[in-house]
Parts: sequence; C-alpha cells; structure tokens
Amino acid sequence: MLHPMVEIEEKPSAAPVRPGRERPGKKGHGPDSLGGILAKIILLGITDAVAAFVLFQLVLSGEWLIFVISLATTLVINWIYLRRGGLPAKYLAPGVIFLMIFQVFVMIFSTYIAFTNYGDGHNSTKSDAIASIQLSASERVPDSPQFATSVLEKNGSYFLLVTTPEGEARLGGAETPLETVTPSTTGPTGAATGVDGYTTLDFTALLANQQAITTLTVPLSDNPEDGSLKTADGSTSYVYTPKLKFDAAADTFTDTTTGVVYSDGGRGSFVAEDGTALNTGWKVNVGLDNFVRAFTDQNLQGPLLKVIAWTFTFAILSVATTFALGLFLAITFNRADLKGQKIYRILMILPYAFPAFLSGLVWSGLLNPEFGFINNALLGGAAIPWLTDPVLAKISVLVVNLWLGYPYMFLVCTGALQSLPEEVDEAARMDGAGVFKIFTAIKLPLLLVSLAPLLISSFAFNFNNFNVIYMLTGGGPRFDGTTFDIGSTDILITMVYKIAFGTGAGRDYGLASALAIIIFLIVAAVSALSFKKTKALEDLN
Amino acid sequence: MTGKNTAGARFTRRSFTLGAVGALSALALTACGGTSAPAAGTSAAASTSAAASVPATGTNLTMWVDAERAPALKSIAAKFKTEKGIDVKLVVKDFAAVRDDFITQAPTGKGPDILVGPHDWLGKLVQNGVVAPVQLGDKAASFTESSIKAMTYDGQTYGVPYSIENVALIRNTELAPEAKTTLDEVIAEGKKAVSAGDAKFPFLVGLDPKQADPYHLYPLQTSLGSQVFEQNDDGSYDSTKLALDTAGGKEFAQLLNDLGDKGEKVLNSNITGDIAKEKFLAGESPYFLSGPWNVPDIAAKGIKFAIDPLPTTGDKPAQPFIGVNGFFVSAKSTNALAANEFVVNYLSLEEAQDELFKVGGRPPALTASFDKAASDPVVKAYGEIGANGVPMPAVPAMDAVWADWGGTELNLIKGKEADPAAAWSKMASNIEKKIADN
Repeated sequence: MLHPMVEIEEKPSAAPVRPGRERPGKKGHGPDSLGGILAKIILLGITDAVAAFVLFQLVLSGEWLIFVISLATTLVINWIYLRRGGLPAKYLAPGVIFLMIFQVFVMIFSTYIAFTNYGDGHNSTKSDAIASIQLSASERVPDSPQFATSVLEKNGSYFLLVTTPEGEARLGGAETPLETVTPSTTGPTGAATGVDGYTTLDFTALLANQQAITTLTVPLSDNPEDGSLKTADGSTSYVYTPKLKFDAAADTFTDTTTGVVYSDGGRGSFVAEDGTALNTGWKVNVGLDNFVRAFTDQNLQGPLLKVIAWTFTFAILSVATTFALGLFLAITFNRADLKGQKIYRILMILPYAFPAFLSGLVWSGLLNPEFGFINNALLGGAAIPWLTDPVLAKISVLVVNLWLGYPYMFLVCTGALQSLPEEVDEAARMDGAGVFKIFTAIKLPLLLVSLAPLLISSFAFNFNNFNVIYMLTGGGPRFDGTTFDIGSTDILITMVYKIAFGTGAGRDYGLASALAIIIFLIVAAVSALSFKKTKALEDLN
Repeated sequence: MTGKNTAGARFTRRSFTLGAVGALSALALTACGGTSAPAAGTSAAASTSAAASVPATGTNLTMWVDAERAPALKSIAAKFKTEKGIDVKLVVKDFAAVRDDFITQAPTGKGPDILVGPHDWLGKLVQNGVVAPVQLGDKAASFTESSIKAMTYDGQTYGVPYSIENVALIRNTELAPEAKTTLDEVIAEGKKAVSAGDAKFPFLVGLDPKQADPYHLYPLQTSLGSQVFEQNDDGSYDSTKLALDTAGGKEFAQLLNDLGDKGEKVLNSNITGDIAKEKFLAGESPYFLSGPWNVPDIAAKGIKFAIDPLPTTGDKPAQPFIGVNGFFVSAKSTNALAANEFVVNYLSLEEAQDELFKVGGRPPALTASFDKAASDPVVKAYGEIGANGVPMPAVPAMDAVWADWGGTELNLIKGKEADPAAAWSKMASNIEKKIADN
C-alpha cells in the first residue's frame, strides 16, 4: 500500500533541485571534498564489480539477451555518474531503472504470456515435450528379466555388457544389436564385467558420461519390435518397448498397440484424429484466444456482473470506511494536550504490522459461528453465521478489511493534519466558524488535496485485495445456479485466480494474464478519471 | 575530473551525496537484477566442471526437501558420499511451494535433480513433463503393494515410495472401552458417553467450514460402494470415468444430510481440524477420525487411546485415501545416472527408510522397515488400515473434483439441500462438465 504513495511523491521532488539554482549568486566552486570523491569511487566501484561478476556468469550460462541488456545498463550507469553535469539524470537513473525492471518488464512479460497457452501441460518447448513423452512412453516389457550390466567403451562409443539370468554374457551398442560374447573378466557375483578390446567404465567414468549412458538404447535384435535395453544407473538394465513411437520426419507420435497417430495440432500438443491429446504439450502463441475465452466463457458470464458490482462496492466502501475511521482517529489523537499520545498512536498502528493473509486466517477463526471468540465470548453464545451467510459474509469482509486498513489512513491523515497551518484554523475561529464548519469547509478540502492520490491508490489496492478475501471467506458462500466455484464475496481478482488455476486443467497462466490485463485496464481507467477530478480539487484551492 | 575547475562541475556536497545515494540504489539494482542470473551461471559451471574434473568429488546432486525431512536424509546422503563420492545437497524448501516451483523451474534447467513429495503430485508433474520414470526392477517387490501402485501413473512407476499415510478412527478408551465396527454403533456409543455427561461430542472429524472435507469423509463413502473415479484392472484410476453419481453415492449424500445440522448433528462444519483436535485432547469426545499426524500430541497429553479400523456405513469395506510420500527424479536432470543411483539404490535401503520413519512417524513403505516399525501398535494399526486403502487419485482433473465435491458435502451437512440425492447428481454432472471442458 505504501509503494504507490512513494511513486506519486517522487515526481515533484526530483524537479526543483537543480544545480545552479540553489545558490544563484555563486560561480563554479572548487573541487569536491576528498570524502565525496572517495564515496563516489567506492560506490561506483562496487556497482561495477557486481556488474562484472553478473556479466561473467551470464556469459558462462549463455544468456546473451540478458547479457547485452545488463552490459548496456552498466555502461549507462557509469556514463551518467562519471560525466560532468546532467544532474537530473543522476537523480532519476536509479528510479527509472527500478521502474523498468519492476513495472515495465513485468507488464511486458504478462502481456506476452497473455498471448500464449503457458500453463500446466504447456510448460516448456516442443523439443522438451517430445523428449518427455518419449521418456514416459518407454515401458519395461512386463515380466522381462533384470540384467546385471557393465558399461563398456570403444572408440568413443558406449556398449552395454549384460549377463542374462541364465549366465550368458551379451554385448551390444546403439548401432549393434546384442550378441553373445565371451567375457574376459567377471565380477564377484559371476556377472560379466569386461570384454577384450573394450574398456570397462568405472563409476567415476560413468558419472562423467552420464548423459550419453542414460540415453543409450541397445536393440535386443535386428527386429525393433523386440525392444531395447536401457540402463538408468549403469549397473542394471531392463528391456523396454516404446508405447508411442516418434517419427521425426512426419513430426508425429504413433501408438504402437492401437496404431493411432498423434500429430502436432498447432495448439501446443500432439492430437489424434478424434481430438484426444497426449498429456504433455508445449508453449505456443495462441493470439487473442485467451481474451476471447475471457469474454465468452460460460462459467464467467453468469456471475460476472454480480462479481463486478461487489468488487466496486468492496473497493469503494473499504476506502470510505478506512478513511473515515482513520481520519476520525487522527483528529482525535492530534490534540497536543493529549496524555500518552505516543502510546495510543503505537497501539493504533498495530493491525498494520500483521501480514494480511495471517490476519485473514485469524479472523476466520474468530468468526467461527460455534467456537469463534466473537459469537462465544462477545455475543454470549449466539450462532451468527458470519462467514456463511451471503450478506453477513460481505459485512464481515468489510469489517475485517476496516480493521486491517484504518491504521494506514490514520498514519497518512495524522501526517497531513500536522502539515496544515495553524493560522487557517485560528482565522476561521475568529470569523465565528464552529468546529464542524471548520472541519468540513476548511480542513477536509485542504486534506483532500494531499490525500486524494492516496485514496485513489488505496482504491486500486482494495480492488485487487486478494489476501483478505481468499483467506477469510475463500470467496464463499457459493452462488447457486452456477457450475463454477464463485461466491458472494469473490472479487474480480479471486475469481480470476479460481478460473485460471482451479478448473481441472490446472494452472493456466495465459488466461490468468489476459484477465489480469483486463482488470488492469479497469483500474487504470478509474484511477485516470479520479486523478482528473483531483486536479479540479487543486484548482479550487 | 576533480582537478579541473570548470563551470560544469558545480557539485555541492549535498547534491553529491544524493548522487551517491543514487549510485547505491543502482548497485542494489544490479544485485537484484542479477539474482536469477548467477544461479544459472553457477549451475552451468558446476555441471561443466563435473564433466572435466575428477568425478568422485565433482558431481553434485541437488535435492529439494522440506525442513522436517532434511535431517532424516543427512546420514544416507553421507553414506552415499563416502561410497560413491557424490555430494547430495539438501536444499530446504517451503513445502507448500515445492510442486509449483519445481514445475516452473525444471524446464529452465535450474530445478533440482531429486524431489520429495506426495504421490498425488504425479498427475501435474507428468502433465508438465518434468519427472522421469524410475525403474525399481526386483526392488519393487520389497515395497508394500499399495505404495507402488500409488507411485504408478499411466502404467509407469515414477517414484521410490517411503511412507504411507491415511486416516483411522482414534478412540479414547476411557470414554469408549470397546471397539465398534459400524458407524451406527460408533455414534450410539458416542451418544452414550455424551448422555452420561463424560463427553460433549459423540464423534469428531475435522471439516473445513468452506469446503467440508472429502478426504476425511471418503471411507464413509467407499463403504457405501461409491468411488470418485472408476478403477482400471491394474488399480489405477480412469480419469475419464467419474463414478460419483451412483446409488451408493446418493446414499452417502443422504447419510451426510442425516448426520448434519438438520439431523443428528454429529457432523458439524464449524468444527475445523484444529478445533476437533483440541476437543479430543480435552477428552470431550470418545472418537476422532484423523491421521497419524495427530497421534504424538494425543499421546503426549496422556490420553489413553486405541486405533480402530474405520467404521463402516454400508456393506463394503471403509477404504480411506492413502497418501504415499516418495522421491522423484527430474526429467531435466543433468545427473540422471547419479540421481537414479541415489534414489533407487540408496533411498530404498532399510536404513534410509528407518531413519525417515524415526523423524516422520509415518508407516514406512518398505516392507522390512514397516515390520520393524510395526512393533509400535499405532504404526501397525495405521499400516493395516492403509493396506486396505486406495491411493488418492493423482490425475490433474482432481483439482476440479475437490472444489465441487467439498462444496456439495458442505451443503448437505448444513442441511441446505432438500433433495440430497439430486444435489449429489448435480454435483457429479458439474464435475463431468468441467473435466470435459478442458
């Protein structure tokens, strides 16, 4: 909640401080103090050292795009702070860079995700998906024996030397099917461990070449139907046959038992004629599909209006109630002659110190109809269904959010009140205005000038206040007459969460991003309108 | 730049300090921006050096574990290091975040080689192509059958199991001296204790006030012959065939209604798991349907208790869901051979499973370890009930099932449904629609 406030105040503070304006009469002066230079050298030095380390690591891991961006950023930072003049840039640079990383980049990335099918089942690249399908589809032949195995090497190729349960030693490689051989050495259990002309790999050598060895498949015979040998640990191997066969040229998987062909359906998965898709897919661009779904999904259409109405009600009432209570308390505790003012103020701020999701859980316990503190201790054992009745649940959510939110309003109102000039108050009293008149006609408008932007940011925050809703009621009680798990206290963001992450297909980051962008547009529009109104307020004064 | 005295160099000390603060932020920024990048660098560096230097000391395995299990794995990791020269780095992660972090990080190559988790993650892990099958070979026979079944998804075994957990009926032997077999008898016994003034609740089971609890209530449902999905011949679930909408399921719906707010008030959705435990610990109920995780506290409280088989509601056995914990190997591991060696040949050892039992107290999946642990009657009782259980379905479609299933159970318990059977059928068709939509 604090962070939008900082952003708003940042803008005006950067502009007025300009070199030359502060001391207009003075010409250029002597060099910087030694301490200043040292500080500059050390700070820039550390920055560059860290940057060099990061850049080095990026080169090692081959992340070229990030490398180029990081390098450019480092050079720009150095240029800004080493050159003479350009003082505004020196102030603005860190803020702008943070803005790029934490706001702009996140926005661009979300937008990109919104146009893909990224989510469960579409998690990575196509080649990853193919590799993974092949891995899962390769099944051990039922009731086939387990072979004691040694891995041998000759001319850079690897071979499996296996001993059948009958004690026969057989050798084969990726290109050469298994053949009976006479072992030159045998291990303590009688299994063959070496053949003349081949080098037996010890465990150290196995580890060094594990990628090649774990992917090695040795055909049992010239007939691929018989299956092939594979080892996962270098000491035992099993006979596998693929349940699905990949044809790289045709880009299709074929089921070896039913003959069904799965081909790339263009939607990030291998699909058969009848529409059944293989479990594992990959991430592809799906254009506007996610947005179309957001507007046509039947699950959404029914309860959408109710949810939107409640989202606005919740956000507006949350701002109004927290502001009213915060302001009231701020005025009450602003009296200079109040004893123990500091203690009261600290007590006031306590709810602010609890994490919202924790408070949500605690309150949901307090509001338990039968065993909760509220009903049991405060209301003498009444059985009021605080969280399970549609209307009461809404009230409970608002009250808990009031408890969570008023300390923030109390803080900012106290600050704003203390910055109001005393004379205005006095002058009004001289003119015969009462306390109430002074408050409504003078103090409140003056306060609103500085507080209005904070109220708008508070609205935006509550519009997306996921924690309170999700931890307190989980959005419930559920609406009747919808197949979807949406309830009376669901706001847009919790509804998005449920739709994108809980409909049975697993997490759908693409759809979630699309819906988040729509919510962003709503909040941005409301905020822009409100800021315009605030401008008018400033003009009045 | 400082030696020259030009008009451009108008640094006041104050403005310079501000500039320095800026530089400091830039420094912080560089550090922040780089956090993900160095991780990539180090892992890449580690794997390349593994290939180049002496492997006996150069290979590292990374394993994600939660805080509870990490200590139990230290000694087996040490044994692996001395015998094979491979370091297993146990990275302690927040358990709640492990599955999703693994799914997002594995494709980038930054995930761990090995992962600990419950078997019902498998559906998601396989769907996202991030786990590799493991071949247990002849070792499979040394594990209890139900644990291997749970670790099998789509005909492939994906993990090495180490523990099985399930619910059972915990009975306070002072309030209810004799074991009963049917739910009716259990409730009658409980009511006797209540009317005698010894207890306040005839029967306790923890429910979620928003979602009820299909997991804990499942044995009461299976005893009426209702399952969640139809099972294939090999015991795996067929996620395309939802089996909730049956005569048994409707009987179960009626039962929930009869035991709920409008009926006998035995099931109470306001009693959460925490409250149920608190009340049982206070000696306010003779029965508590719960898992082994609550047993240590009950024993510590000095309550005399016994673990009974789950009470039946119909003519079928009351089968609980079983959850099997195990070890998985990443499909993207660059150390697949070392990871398989550790998971298949070391974590399946009796000493490893013994150690994990000592820390977690869950019945071990390895038969030899279980036999040893079964000297404890609690472990023995839970293990025997679990042997009769069915694995919790791992299919990804379960996400859709839980929400509707729980929501309908809640409404039935609260007596909100005039026609329980119709409400149950509506729930089943809702779930079917959701599964079909995706």
